[in-house]
Amino acid sequence: MQLPPESLGGWGLVVALCGGAMRGSIPYMFVSLGECLTEKSGKINLGMEGVLLMGAMTAFGVSDLTGSPWLGVLAAAAAGLLLGALHAWMTQQPAVNDVAAGIAMILFGSGLAFFFGKRFVAPMAPQLPLLNLGGWSHTPAVASALRISPLFFVGIALSFLLHWVFTRTRWGLQIRATGDDPQAARALGIDVNRVRFFAITAGGGLAAIGGAHLTLYFPGIWSEGISGGQGLMAVALVIFARWSPRRCLAAALLFGGAQALGPSLQSLGINGYYHLFNASPYLLTLAVMIATCSPNRSLTGMPGALGKK
Amino acid sequence: MSVTRRQLLAAMAGSPLLAAEHAQDPLVIGFIYNGPKNDLGYNQSHAEGKATLRKFPWVKAVEEASVPETVAAGESMRDMIYQDGAKVVFATSFGHFDPFTVDIARENPSVQFFHCGGLYDEKKHPKNIGIYFGFIDEVEYLSGMLAGMSTRTGKLGFVAAKPIPQVLRNINSFTLGARSVNPRVTTKVVFTGDWVLPVREAEASSSLVDQGIDVLTGHTGSPRVIVQTAERRGVFGCGYQFDQSSMAPRGFLTGAQWAWGTVYQRVAQMARDGLSVTNGTIPRRLTGTLKDEFCKLSPYGPSVSQTARERIAAAKAGILNGSLGIYRGPVRDNQGKVQIAAGTTLNVADVELDRMDYLVEGVEGSAR
Amino acid sequence: MKLKGPDLFVPLGAVAAAMLVFGVFCAALGVNPLGVYASLWKAGFGSWYSWQNTLVRASPLLLCGLCTALPARAGIIVIGNEGAVVVGGLGAITAGLSTAQMPSLVSLTFMVLAAMLCGGLWIAFSVALQHYRGVSAVISGLLLNYLAIALMNQLIEGPLRDPSSFNSPATFPLPLDHRLGFFSGTHVHHGLLFGVIGCLVAWFLVERTTFGFSMKVAGGNVRTAKLVGLPVGRLVVMAGFLGGACAGIAGMVEVAAVHGRGNESLNAGYGYTGILVAFLARQSPLGVMLFSVLVGGLVAGSGMLQRAHDLPDATITVLEGTLFLFILLSDTVYGRLKIPGGKANAVAA
Repeated sequence: MQLPPESLGGWGLVVALCGGAMRGSIPYMFVSLGECLTEKSGKINLGMEGVLLMGAMTAFGVSDLTGSPWLGVLAAAAAGLLLGALHAWMTQQPAVNDVAAGIAMILFGSGLAFFFGKRFVAPMAPQLPLLNLGGWSHTPAVASALRISPLFFVGIALSFLLHWVFTRTRWGLQIRATGDDPQAARALGIDVNRVRFFAITAGGGLAAIGGAHLTLYFPGIWSEGISGGQGLMAVALVIFARWSPRRCLAAALLFGGAQALGPSLQSLGINGYYHLFNASPYLLTLAVMIATCSPNRSLTGMPGALGKK
Repeated sequence: MSVTRRQLLAAMAGSPLLAAEHAQDPLVIGFIYNGPKNDLGYNQSHAEGKATLRKFPWVKAVEEASVPETVAAGESMRDMIYQDGAKVVFATSFGHFDPFTVDIARENPSVQFFHCGGLYDEKKHPKNIGIYFGFIDEVEYLSGMLAGMSTRTGKLGFVAAKPIPQVLRNINSFTLGARSVNPRVTTKVVFTGDWVLPVREAEASSSLVDQGIDVLTGHTGSPRVIVQTAERRGVFGCGYQFDQSSMAPRGFLTGAQWAWGTVYQRVAQMARDGLSVTNGTIPRRLTGTLKDEFCKLSPYGPSVSQTARERIAAAKAGILNGSLGIYRGPVRDNQGKVQIAAGTTLNVADVELDRMDYLVEGVEGSAR
Repeated sequence: MKLKGPDLFVPLGAVAAAMLVFGVFCAALGVNPLGVYASLWKAGFGSWYSWQNTLVRASPLLLCGLCTALPARAGIIVIGNEGAVVVGGLGAITAGLSTAQMPSLVSLTFMVLAAMLCGGLWIAFSVALQHYRGVSAVISGLLLNYLAIALMNQLIEGPLRDPSSFNSPATFPLPLDHRLGFFSGTHVHHGLLFGVIGCLVAWFLVERTTFGFSMKVAGGNVRTAKLVGLPVGRLVVMAGFLGGACAGIAGMVEVAAVHGRGNESLNAGYGYTGILVAFLARQSPLGVMLFSVLVGGLVAGSGMLQRAHDLPDATITVLEGTLFLFILLSDTVYGRLKIPGGKANAVAA
C-alpha cells in the first residue's frame, strides 16, 4: 500500500513529536483556552474533564445520527455551553466554592456522558475532514504529520483572537477587571455577575469542542476512557501558561508532543521505564510549576480574584 | 421473585441455600465484566457470549458491567446469588479470581463458579470453581500469516498493553505465523502500559506507521483504535478480542476473536442436566482452542486475495488435524537464546507457555 | 459542636431533592422511579445482608473522605487522595513483606505506620507546595495522582513483582496470618474499624483539641492566625499529613484485607469517591461517616439497577453528580436560613 520510508534517523523522533503535537494538542488547546477565559473572570472551572467528556460524547452521537461531523462539533459546543452555564450559575450562589462545584461538574458531566454514550455503540461516526498539507513529501511520517485537522487552525486562531479580545477590546477589559478586582469593577459600573456568567459559559463551550476532536478525529472513537484526564491537565496548563492565551497555545503544543514521547521512544527501539516516560508530561508540569510559582501569590498574569470568595 | 425471597431468608438465617429448584424456575446465570459491555473488545466478546444464551428459554442471564477487580467483584457475585438466585456465576476478568471468586465460592458451595483464566489450586481453592479459557495463539498465528503475506515493507507493528504472558504469547504467535510465510518479517512492539488508553494507543499506532510498518495489530482491552488508525494511515490492520472489521472497511485483514458463547452454552446445558464442577462432572479446566471453537478468525477484509485465503485455509486445516504445531522448535528469543528446543513442539495448552517471558526472534522490543 | 436542626435537615433535604430530580430523570427515560428507589433501598439498606455490602463499600471511603476533609479544615482543598491511597498501599506492602518473619501484629503495625508515612508525606508535600510555593494543591494533587499510578505500575511490573504473578502483575503475597480478618459471621473486613476510628479521632482532633482549633483558625483567616502567633505553615502541612495518612491507611487496608498483595487494583477510584464524600459531608469527620455509608449504599445498589432495571452502569455516577450539585447548593440555602447557631457553624465549616 505504500513504499518503504526513507530513513529519517534521529529526525524520526522530531517528526513524531511534531506530528503528535499537532494531533494531540487540540483538546489541551481548546480546554485551556476555555479555562483561560473562565479564570480571567476570576473563577475556576475544574469541571472541564466532565465538559470534555460530554463534548466528546455529544459530538460523536450527533455526527453519527446526522451524518455531519460539523453538526457534531456544534452540538458539542452547545453541550459545553449548557454545562458551563450550570457551573456559572452554581458558582454565583453565595457560599458555593468554585473548586468544589468543579469537582461536582466532573462527576455530573462524566456521568451524563457515560450514561447517554451507551447508546452510541456504532463503531465509527463520520469524521472531520482533514487538510492535507503534506502532499509534497514522499516520507509517510512527514506526509501524515502534515494531515492536519481544521480544528488545529481554529484553535490557533482562537488563541490569538482571545489575546486580542483581552488586550484590545472593551469586553476583554471588562472580563479582566472582573477577574482582578470585582469590587473595583462594580464601582466602574460593570455587571460582574453577567460578565462572569458569559465568560464561564463560553469557556465551557470552547472546552467541549476539544472533546469533539477526540471522538471525531484523534483517536476518533467514543470510549469512556477517551479523555484520560486531559480535561484536568488542561486546567493545570493554564497556570503553567500564566493565563495568557498565546502561552496556552504553546503549552498545549508542548503537551501534545510530550504525549507522543513514550510511544515514539519505544517504536525507535528505546525500551524500558515506559511507565515513567509516559508520565513525563505530569512530572514536567509539576517541576515547572514548583520552579516558577512564588509563595506571595503575585504571579504575573494571575487574575487577582482567583481562589477568593 | 419467590425464589429470591426464599434465598434471601435462607441467607439471613445463615443456612446454606436451598438446593431444590422448581422445575419451572429458570436457571439463573450471572456474569460480571470488568469494563463497559460495548467496548468492541474483551468485555463485549463476553457480553456477546452471554447474549447467545437467549436461545435457551430456560436460562435467565443477569449481568453487571464495569465491575472493578476489588471487593466490588465479590459483592456483585454475592448479590447475584442472593438477590437473583444465580446458580452459576461467570467472572470474566482475570483479577476477579483471587480472592473474590475464591471467597464467594467458599461461602456458597451450592453455586458453580467459572472464572476466565487463572490457575486452580486444589489445596487453596474450593471445589465449586472451574477455570475456563481459550488458547487463541493458533488464531493469532493464522492472522500473522496473513499479515506476513500482506506486508510489503516486511515490518509489522504490535501495540500491546502490558508485557504479561498472555500478551507475549499473542505477539509471538502472530510473529511466528508471519515468519512462517516470510522469514524476513519483523514485528515492532510498543507497550502502552494499560488496557484502555485510546489516545496513547492511537499515538503508538501512528508512531509505528511512521517507522515504516504496514500491518498493525495489538492486544489491549479493545484494539479498535489501533485498527482504525491503521485504516486512516493507509496500512493494513488485524483485529483482536472482537470483530473489528467495521473499524477498517478497506484495510482490515482479519483478526483473532473470542467465541465465548461456545463455553457459556455448554456450561449452561451441563448445569441444567444437573452436572457440577464440584463433583467433577463438569471439567475443572474447561479450555479450548480453535478446534473447540473457543475462538475464531474474524471475517476477511476486501483486500485479502483468494490465494491468501486458500493458504490460510490450508494452515487452518493443518492446525485442526494436528499436523501443524505453531510452537515448533527450534524457537529462539530475540536475545538469541533457544526457548523451544529443536525437535520439540509445544501444544498450545502446555502450561510452560503460560510462563512465557520472552519475545521470539524477529520481534523488536523488550519483554520487561 | 452540638448538632442543630439545620445541620441535619439541610443536607438531608438536599439528598431528597437530588433523589427527586434523579427520579424525574429515570421517568423521562421510561424507567419507573419508584422501582429504582425501591431497588436502591433494597440493595443498599433493606436488610442486614445489604448493610454488610454497604459497609464493605463504605470502608475505604471513610478514610479517603478524611483525606480531603482534614486539610479542608485548615483551608486547603486536597484532591490527591487517589495518589495517597496508591503510595500508602505500596508502602504497606513493602513494609509487610520486609517484616514477614515477624509476629503478625508487629508486621501489621509496621504496615500501618509505613502506609501513614507514605500517604501522609505525599499529601503533605502537595499542601506544602501550596503554602510555601503557591502551587495550588488541587493542581499538584492531580499531577501527583498520575505520578503515583506510574510509580505503582513501574514497581509492580518491575522490582516488586512476584515472578509467579504471570498475567496479573502483583507483588509477593502477605503471609496468610498477616492479613486483616472479617467480623465474625459477616463479610465485612476489619478495615472498617480503621475508618470508624479514623473518623472518631479526626472528630476529636478537630472539635476538641487546641490543635484542631488552631487548624480551623489558620484555615479561616491566615492573617488572624499569624497575628495570634500560630505556626500556620506547620499546622497546614500537618493537616495535610494527617489527611494523607488516612488515605494511606485505606491503601494498607486494600493490601492487607482485600487483595493480600499489592497490585494495580490499588488504583480503584476510592480516592476520587472520597472527595465526593468529604464535600457531601461538608468536611465534617462525623459527616464523613454518614455520607460514606450513604455513598457506599448507592454504589451497592448500582449493580441492582443494572440487573433489575437494565440501566447502564453509569447511572449511579449521574446520581452521585446530582447529589453533589444539590449538596453544594444547599450551602446557599443554609446561609439564607439564618437560624441561630447556623451561622457560627457555617463559619467553622
